[in-house]
Amino acid sequence: MTSDVRRIDVDYLARVEGEGEMHVKVVDGKIEDVYFGIFEPPRFYEAFMEGRPFSEAPDITARICGICPVAYQMSSVHAMEYAFGASVGGQLRTLRRLLYCGEWIESHVLHMFLLHAPDFLGYESAVHMAADHKDVVELGLRLKKAGNAIVTLVGGREIHPINVKVGGFYKVPTKKELLTLVPELEWSRDAAIETIRLVAGFNFPKVEQDFEFVSLSHPLEYPFNEGRIVSNKGLDIAVSEWNDFFLEEHVERSNALHSRIRERGAYHVGPLARYALNFEKLTESARDIALEVGLGPVELNPFKSIIVRGVETLYAIEEALRIIDQYEEPASPAVELNIHAGVGHGASEAPRGMLYHRYELDSNGRILKAQIVPPTAQNQLTIEDDLMVVLEDSLEMPDDELTWVLEQSIRNYDPCISCATHFLKLNIERITTE
Amino acid sequence: MALPKLAVYKFASCDGCQLSLLDVEDHLLDIASVVHIANFPEASREVVEGPYDLTLVEGSITTPHDAERIHEIRRQSKYLVTIGACATAGGIQALRNWKDTDLFASTVYAHPEYLDTLHTSTPIKNHVEVNFELRGCPIDKMALVEVVAAFVQGRRPNIPEYSVCVECKRKGTPCVMVSQGTPCLGPVTQAGCGALCPSYNRGCYGCFGPMESPNTDMLAAAWQRLGVSHRELVDAFRGFNAYAEPFRIASDHHEALAVAQGE
Repeated sequence: MTSDVRRIDVDYLARVEGEGEMHVKVVDGKIEDVYFGIFEPPRFYEAFMEGRPFSEAPDITARICGICPVAYQMSSVHAMEYAFGASVGGQLRTLRRLLYCGEWIESHVLHMFLLHAPDFLGYESAVHMAADHKDVVELGLRLKKAGNAIVTLVGGREIHPINVKVGGFYKVPTKKELLTLVPELEWSRDAAIETIRLVAGFNFPKVEQDFEFVSLSHPLEYPFNEGRIVSNKGLDIAVSEWNDFFLEEHVERSNALHSRIRERGAYHVGPLARYALNFEKLTESARDIALEVGLGPVELNPFKSIIVRGVETLYAIEEALRIIDQYEEPASPAVELNIHAGVGHGASEAPRGMLYHRYELDSNGRILKAQIVPPTAQNQLTIEDDLMVVLEDSLEMPDDELTWVLEQSIRNYDPCISCATHFLKLNIERITTE
Repeated sequence: MALPKLAVYKFASCDGCQLSLLDVEDHLLDIASVVHIANFPEASREVVEGPYDLTLVEGSITTPHDAERIHEIRRQSKYLVTIGACATAGGIQALRNWKDTDLFASTVYAHPEYLDTLHTSTPIKNHVEVNFELRGCPIDKMALVEVVAAFVQGRRPNIPEYSVCVECKRKGTPCVMVSQGTPCLGPVTQAGCGALCPSYNRGCYGCFGPMESPNTDMLAAAWQRLGVSHRELVDAFRGFNAYAEPFRIASDHHEALAVAQGE
C-alpha cells in the first residue's frame, strides 16, 4: 500500500491579533484530524497579579490586549465592585457604556475593513485592497477613527485608556466635550449603514452549524457590561456561577486554556451569539437593516459574522448618540469604596465575546487569586468545529484556495490570540493511500 | 526607485503597539506610499522576503525559540527599532523576573510541562543591537509616524527625552502632587504621552519608563511625605517598565526596606 501525501504549510496566520497554529490531516479524502493551536508565549497575568492592589487591575489587565483594553478594564472593575458590594449607576454607568461603544466601533471596523474584507474581495491586505477600492478603505478608516475618538475622549487614549478606575472614572467629561463627537457620529451612522449593505453583498460559503451561543443578556439593553449569562440551549445563570457551569482545560496543543460548558462541550461567544440572543434589544434601525440585507434574527453562518459586526457597529453608534444626548455631568467621577476581603466576579462583552474575570481579595484589597477567561479561549473548540465543516465542503479545492478559506473561517471569529495567549501555523496534510 | 521595505515582528506583547500603525487612520495609506509594507502579518497575508530596511519589533523575549528568532530578524534588518515597553524594557510580564516562573506556570496552567518558557522576560537590546528605541505602553502613534518619517528622510527621530513634568508645564496642567497630594511618577518618567494622567486628575504611572538620569530617591522621599509605604513604592516602580534599570534598582531598594521594616 502506498500513500500519496499532500501537504500545505502556512507558517503564520495573517490578519489576526497574535499568532497560532492549525493542523489539518486528510487521508484518502477523509479528514482525520483538525486542530487549532495557540503558542503565544505565556505572560502569566493571573500569577503576577497576586499581591497587587485591586486598584491596579484595570490598568494591568488592559495590557492583555491592545485591541480590546476597554473590555479588560470593564470586566475587572465590575469584578472588584462586586467584591466590595459597590454599585456604579446613573451617568457613571452610562459613561462606561459610551466608552464600550467606542471600543466596539473601532475594533469591529478594524476587523471588517482591515482584516476580514480583504478575504472576501481576494486581497492580501487592506493596503492591497486600497489600490482598487480606495474609497472603501478610506470609509473604514474614517469610521474607525470615530470609534477611537470616543475612547480617546472618555478614556484618555485609544490604546490602554487611563481614565477607568474601580468605582467609576478619574475624571468625567463635560457635556460640551461629548457634544463635539456628535457630527462625526452622525456621519458614521450613515457610513455604518453603507458598510452593512456593502459587506452583505459579499459571497458567503454556505456553512451553518448548530452552535450553542452564549452571551450576556440584560432585560433592557443590548449587553455590554452587565446581565445574566444565557445560551440558546437553556443556560441562564448569574455571572458569579461561571465556574459551576464552565470548565477550562489545558491541552498540549495550546498555551490558551480551552473552555467548555460542563457535560456539553463547545460553545460560541461573540457577535453572532450576542445578536441571536439579544436581537430585540437592538435599535429599530439596526434590526431593520439586518433583516433588509437578509439576516434572520438568528444567523448560523459564521462567515456572515462580518455583517453582524456591521449591525453591531450601527447599534454602538446609535447608542453613543443616545447616551451623549441624555448625558448630564455626574456630581462625582467615582463612588466611594468600602474595601474588604472578598470574592468578585465580572463579565462584559468584549467585541470578540464574553470576557469573565474573578478575583479573590484580602482585607487590604490586595489580589490573592485572579482568573481571566478571554473570548478567544472560549471559541477555540468552536473554531475547530467550523474548520471541520468548512473542510468537508471544500476538499475539492486546490491547496491555495483551501488554505485561504480555512484562514478566513478562523478570521470569522476575529480571534485575539494575544488575549488567549501567539503563533499560528497552518499545516494541511493530505495523505492518499492506494 | 524601490521603496524601503518595512517589516513588523511580534514577541510577547499585547499587539497594541503594532496596532498603532493601523490606528493612524489619516496616515496609513500615506505610510504605505513611502515604505513598502513587506512583512506585517497582523495586516497582510503577503510576506515579501528580507532583508528589510526598517524593522519594527514589538514584545519581549520570553521563550527559548524567541531568543533564537530575534537573531535571525536582526540579520535580516538594516535598521531595527523596538516599539513599546515590552520590547524596550521587558513589559509587565517582566514581573516574573522577581518570581519563580515554575510556580507562576503552575498557578495558571494545569500542565506546566506543556509550556516552553524562559524564567525571564527581557528587552530586545539584551539580545541584539537595537538602532532606536521608542518607549511607551503603548507607544504614541504619532511618534511612530515620526520614526517612519525620520527613517525615510534619513534623519534621527525627534522624540523627547525629558520628563512628563515638562509636558504638564507646557499644557498648563497643575501639578497633581503639589495641588492634590496625589503620588505621581511624572518627575522620573520620560515624556511622550502628553502628560495624560495628570490632566485626568491622576498621577502618572510610568508608561514611558524612566527618563534620562531620573532621581528616583528624591521622588520616593516626596511620595513618603504623602504617606506612601515602601511596599506601595515597590508596586509603583514595578509596573509596565519594571525591568528598566533605574526602576528596577528603586523597586529592589524599597522592597528591602519594606521587608526590614516589617511592612
